[in-house]
Amino acid sequence: MTSSHGRGPLHLAAAVDQRAVYDAGSYTESVRLAERGGLDFVTLDDGFARPGPDALAVLSRVAPATRRIGLVPTVTTTHTEPFHVQAAVATLDWVSRGRAGWRIDVSAGEGEARLFGRRHAAPVAALWQEAGEVADVAAKLWDSREDDAGVRDVATGRFVDRDKLHQVDFHGSTFSVRGPSIVPRPPQGHPVRVVDATDGQARRTAARYADVVFVRAVSHAQLAAVRAELRDSASAFGRDPDHLRVLASLVVDLGDGEHAAEPGHGGGGPRQTARGPLYRGGPVDLAELITSWYTDGTVDGFHLRPAEPRRDLERLVNGTVALLQHRGLFRTFYPGSTLREHLGLARPANQYAVTPVTGAVTGAVTGSVTGAVTGGAS
Amino acid sequence: MTVRKRMHLAAIPHSRIEFSSFEQLARTAERGLFDFFLLTGRAEGLWPLENKGRIDDVDVAGRPEPITVLNALAAVTERLGLAATVDATFNEPYELARRLATLDHLSGGRAAWNVVTSSDASIGENFRRGGYLDGTERYPRAAEFVATVRELWDSWTPEGVSRPFAHRGRHFDIAGEFGVPRSPQGHPVVIQAGDSEAGREFAASTADVVLTRQKRLEAGRACYADVKRRLRKYGRSPDDLKIMPGVTVVLGDTAAEARERAAEIRRQQVSPQNALLMLGRIWGVDLSSYDPDGPLPEIDPVPDSSITQGRTRRGDTVAIAEKWRALSKEKGLSIRQTVIEASGRQSFIGTPEAVAAEIDDFVQRDAADGFVLVPHLTPGGLDEFVDRVVPLLQERGAFRTEYRGATLRSHLGLSGPPGRDEDMTADASDAREQYQQ
Repeated sequence: MTSSHGRGPLHLAAAVDQRAVYDAGSYTESVRLAERGGLDFVTLDDGFARPGPDALAVLSRVAPATRRIGLVPTVTTTHTEPFHVQAAVATLDWVSRGRAGWRIDVSAGEGEARLFGRRHAAPVAALWQEAGEVADVAAKLWDSREDDAGVRDVATGRFVDRDKLHQVDFHGSTFSVRGPSIVPRPPQGHPVRVVDATDGQARRTAARYADVVFVRAVSHAQLAAVRAELRDSASAFGRDPDHLRVLASLVVDLGDGEHAAEPGHGGGGPRQTARGPLYRGGPVDLAELITSWYTDGTVDGFHLRPAEPRRDLERLVNGTVALLQHRGLFRTFYPGSTLREHLGLARPANQYAVTPVTGAVTGAVTGSVTGAVTGGAS
Repeated sequence: MTVRKRMHLAAIPHSRIEFSSFEQLARTAERGLFDFFLLTGRAEGLWPLENKGRIDDVDVAGRPEPITVLNALAAVTERLGLAATVDATFNEPYELARRLATLDHLSGGRAAWNVVTSSDASIGENFRRGGYLDGTERYPRAAEFVATVRELWDSWTPEGVSRPFAHRGRHFDIAGEFGVPRSPQGHPVVIQAGDSEAGREFAASTADVVLTRQKRLEAGRACYADVKRRLRKYGRSPDDLKIMPGVTVVLGDTAAEARERAAEIRRQQVSPQNALLMLGRIWGVDLSSYDPDGPLPEIDPVPDSSITQGRTRRGDTVAIAEKWRALSKEKGLSIRQTVIEASGRQSFIGTPEAVAAEIDDFVQRDAADGFVLVPHLTPGGLDEFVDRVVPLLQERGAFRTEYRGATLRSHLGLSGPPGRDEDMTADASDAREQYQQ
C-alpha cells in the first residue's frame, strides 16, 4: 500500500495570488489560463493582517466565468466564526457547481488578534487543534442537511423533510455549534479541504481532516518522509491513506526560460529561500522535475506558485504543462466536472444518513462513524 | 412628458439554492433596470422553527450565504446593485467591512449591506459570542458596528494610502490597518429594515435606504414624514435616506382575475400544516393535533412560552389570539381560513395599468421613494412585473429608462458616503455619538 509508483494520476495546482490587485478581471484571466491547462485547481491565499481582497469572494466572482477548474481560497479559522466559514465554503461549492475547496489556515499573530479584539494571539499548536475542530464541525454542518432534505411540496406546504435535518451539537475547545447549517448540503458533499503541513504543528490536523496536503520542501528525501508520516498518521485516524493527496508546493520562477535550470535546480530539485522552496529555470526542466518526483512516488502532484504572477503562470501552462500533456503524464481535458472528480476522491457519504448513499465511500473524509450521530435520524 | 419624482425598485428573489435560478432572476431585475437585488440570509428569518425540541419545517428549504452568491452574480450582471442581508449581532466589524469592500471592488461599486440584528437565543448557540442580546442592547451594538465598519472604510484615503485605525467603544476594541483600499462607492450602500421606533432612529442616523412594511397610503405618508423628519438631527437631508416598503404584487388581465389569483396564492401559502404551526406560535403551544379545518382552540394562549421565547415577537401574542378568535367567530372561519384571512392580502392587486398608477401615486404623494418586490409563490412573478408594469411606469415618467451611472449609489441618487465626521456639523456628530451610547 505504501508503494505508490504510478498509483494515481498526476495532480497539478497553481496559485493565482497577485499583490494588491482588487479588480476581478485579472483574477478571472489567470484562472481561465490555468483552466486551459487542465489544472486540478487554483489557490488564492488570504489573511487579515495584510492588504488583499477576501479570497473566497474573489473565487466566487471567478466561478461563473470558468467551468471545470477547482477553486481553493484560503479561509482562516482563528478569528472567524466556524458557522459562517462553512456556510461560505458550501456556497462557493453551489455557485461553482461542485468545484470548491478550502485551504484551512490559522492566524498566529497579535496584529491579527487586534483587528478583532476578542482574544490574544495563541500558541500555534493550539490554533491548529482549533482549526481541526473547525474542519470537523464544517463537515458535520455540511452533512446536517441531507441531500434531499429540501423537499418542496406546495400541496402540503412542506419545504423541508424534518427527519433529514440534524443538529450537530459540537463542543470544541474554544467554541460550540448547535446546527443545523442554513445551506443545503453542497454538491460535492464535502468541499475539498486543503492544509499546508510544512509546519509540523499543522500535520496532525492535515492527516486527520485534509483531502489535499501541501508540503514545502526542497528535497526528495524530505518530501518522502513527510508524506510517509502523513499517510501513517491518516491510517492511525482510521482513514484510508490513499484518500490523501500530497502535493509539493514550490515557488516557480520561469523568467529565464531560454536557459537551463540554475545549478542545483532542474532535476536536482529546488533550493530553499526566504519565500520557501524556489525552482528557478526553464519550463522544460520544471517538467523534468515534476516527472521525476511524481514517477518515483515522492508526491502525488505539485502546487506551483508563480514568482511573477502573469508571466510565470503563462509559461507554466504553455510550457511545462503542455510538455507533460504531450508525454501523456497529465490530462488534456477534464473527464469530470467536480474538484473531487479531478482529484479522484469519492463524494463522501453523509455521516447522519441512515442509509449510506450507494457507491459512496464511508468515512472517506472525516473518519467519522454513523454511531457518532447525535440527535440524528431515528 | 412631465418631470416626476422617479421611484426606485428592488427585488428579493425566491429562496432557492441553485445558482442558475439566482442568475436568471438577477438578469430579469437588471433587464427591468432595478436599483438592486436583495438577498436575505439572516439566520433568523430562515431558522428551522423549533417545537418541543423538534425542528419544524416552515419555508426553510435552506439558502446560500448571500455575499458569496452576490460575488458570483457580479460576474453575470453589469449594473444591478447587489445587496446582502448580514447580521450585526453574530459577526465582527473587521471581517464584514472587508467582505463588503471586496464585493464593492469586484462588482465595480454595486455592493450594499442590509443590516439586521438577531434576537434569537437559539442562533447564538452557533457562534463564539453565544447567547443573545435583548432589544435594548441590539441596536446600540448594531449602531456601533456600523460606525466601526464606516471607520474602516474611511481608513484609506481616496488616493490609496492606508492609515492605521483604532476604535475603542462599548462593544468593540480594535486597532490595526484595514486590508482593502477605498472601494468604488467609498462606502457600500447601507440598508436598514425595520418599522420600530429604534429601527427608524437607527435608519435616520446612518442608513441610505430603509425597508419598511407596506401600509395604506395615509399611514405610509405618516411613516415617510416621520422618518424623513428624523434626518435633520443627524445633519442629513431628506434625499439622503430612501424609504422603500416591501410589497407583493399580483397582476391579472382584469381586476377580477387579479383578485382570484391573489386569493389562490394565499391559499397555497397557508397549507393546513402551516396554519397549525402559525397558530401554535401565537398560542405558544403545540397545536399539531388540531384539525386545521376545525374551529380555533378553546384553550387560552400561553404568554412567553418556550415556543416564542427569544424570537422576534409579533406584538402581544395574547392580544393577537383574541383578535383571531373574534375574526373566526364573526365570519365563521376554520383555523386555516382564519390564518389565511389574518395573514393579510397582497399589497397591490390589479391590472398592470392599475398597479402602475397606484404605486406611482404612492411615490408622488410621498408615501415611498420606491419599492422592494417581495416574492410569493407565483412563478415568473418578477418577469411579469418587468414586462408589464415597468414599461407603464416608464411611460408615466415615473421610472428610469436606462442606467445612467455604474454604481448603486448613482442609481439611488445618493451623494458620497454619509456621516463622515469631517462632513458633519458638531451637533449632528454629537447626536450620533449619543445614539451609540
